[in-house]
Amino acid sequence: MSTAILVLVEQLRGQVADITFEMLGAARKMAASAQRPVHAVALGRDAAGLATRLGAADSVLVVDDPVLDQPTAEAAVAVLQQIMEQKQAGLLLLGGTNVSFGLGTRLAARTQLPFVNFCKGARTDGDALVLTSQLFGGKILSDVKLAQGRGIASIYPGAFPADAGRSDKTPAVEKLALAVPAPKVVFQQYIEPEAGDVDITKQSVLVAVGRGIQSADNVQLAEELAQTLGGAVCASRPVIDQGWLPLSRQVGKSGMTVKPRVYLAFGISGAPEHWDGMQNSECIIAVNTDPKAPIFDGAHYGVVGDAVELIPLLNEKIHAKKG
Amino acid sequence: MNLYVLLKMVPDTVEELNVAGDNRSLDAEYLRFKLNDPDEHALEQALLLKEKHGGTITVVTLDAPEVDDALFTALAKGADRAVKIPADQAALGTIATAKAFAAFFAALPAPLAADALILPGSQAVDDLEGEVAAYLAELLKLPYLGVVCGVTAVDGKVTAVKEFSGGLRGRFEVPMPAVLGIQSAEKPPRYVPVAKVRAAMKAAKIETAAIEPPGPARALDLDHMYKPEPTGRARMLEGAPEEVAARITEVLAEHGVA
Repeated sequence: MSTAILVLVEQLRGQVADITFEMLGAARKMAASAQRPVHAVALGRDAAGLATRLGAADSVLVVDDPVLDQPTAEAAVAVLQQIMEQKQAGLLLLGGTNVSFGLGTRLAARTQLPFVNFCKGARTDGDALVLTSQLFGGKILSDVKLAQGRGIASIYPGAFPADAGRSDKTPAVEKLALAVPAPKVVFQQYIEPEAGDVDITKQSVLVAVGRGIQSADNVQLAEELAQTLGGAVCASRPVIDQGWLPLSRQVGKSGMTVKPRVYLAFGISGAPEHWDGMQNSECIIAVNTDPKAPIFDGAHYGVVGDAVELIPLLNEKIHAKKG
Repeated sequence: MNLYVLLKMVPDTVEELNVAGDNRSLDAEYLRFKLNDPDEHALEQALLLKEKHGGTITVVTLDAPEVDDALFTALAKGADRAVKIPADQAALGTIATAKAFAAFFAALPAPLAADALILPGSQAVDDLEGEVAAYLAELLKLPYLGVVCGVTAVDGKVTAVKEFSGGLRGRFEVPMPAVLGIQSAEKPPRYVPVAKVRAAMKAAKIETAAIEPPGPARALDLDHMYKPEPTGRARMLEGAPEEVAARITEVLAEHGVA
């Protein structure tokens, strides 16, 4: 399997996301035993300027069309399909993020190549590439075999080390002239994050609540604990979707990435999309009624118990300690 | 507007999940199914659009455990029609599921109206082969946007808001008909009393769509499924709640926050 591996450089508003380097590292690992070339694909008018940072790739393929500056998946899908054909690429890696969301599925429909979602591990097995994916909120893994290492995969953020995808080398840059169709879904504007009353990314203690908190009234208990600790309350998606806390308090894939000194997770199972946003907290203390909740695999301290019962007790103890 | 909401049942991940003897599926014995969260939001988004612009909501599902409850609940909330495609959803991957839905749309007596919106949930916990919404849009050759968290309709066009990351979102103009993968509705999904659902069960009926089975159940060469090995298991704090609270207080103090 000597077909090329393509990595789509993920950028939003000119910023190259870390997932790009994680994918380049993963691609190098997949390429090593099979001697496959690795090409980074950079789209948009300033794409050529990114090449100096993409030294882990053998070459950088650039399509500098202004349409590709916009975050519209449609144009990217059309261009990627052409590049895969032109370069006879066997494997395409995409970021498993909201920015690249849907690209892999749509390319799979067009190319008839297998698409593997939620990929967090890879190994070669003879001619085949075996990809490990995380399913059902992190509770089950599945291994999928790509014959001859041919397919499309979306790479889970944080699954492969970014450092393995960074290099000081200067890769060759190849500009490609490709037809870029005008997208039917037209980007209009960005909507900036709502400025909340509290910036949860700047707190040293966060009291996080998830589905297990059960009601809006119980969120108030968490608020009281956060106040005692001099921190703030944040939440996983289900709590925000219920309207119990504003969007500015959401931690995870769509929300904020936080790194507090202590992250207290109450009633949060630790689904990958939440874990994404808080995994680098210095100390994670998780409370959940489900002893098999994935959060216990990553947390520093765990309690199998009812968050609603524990929060007021904890609040009392801390008050008592403060005197 | 002609609104189509596609619902999908998924295993409730709050329950313990086990791999079946074939090593390629979940053990069905203790599996509890629930409506996919984003799908519930897709229904809510459709209800909000109908309240504003009028029209009809058709809810479409494949056959799955507990799916009748989900359909009757949708009718009780304000959907006009509920249609079930006789294909076993639990056995099908994303691509086969999308093909079954595509066959439903292909069999409609008239082409999709100029004010039609197809609203599946944006994603699901079992999307190993990708998202149903995106694949369906490709099959139907319709415009598509995913991770949508708000939809407004004006003059035959819709404006949809997509989530990126860090709270950043983007506004897009989408011509209809289109497929929008809904992540969250503008408002939390409404509650409907059980009595209303029971009334819907008596008064309304679930239609069956005559669709051919969608071909191969799965597109991927799934080698095996397994439970993850715990990597860095947390230090578990045990004892009565009082003791546990005291121990957490100590840990907080060690980290200089209490």
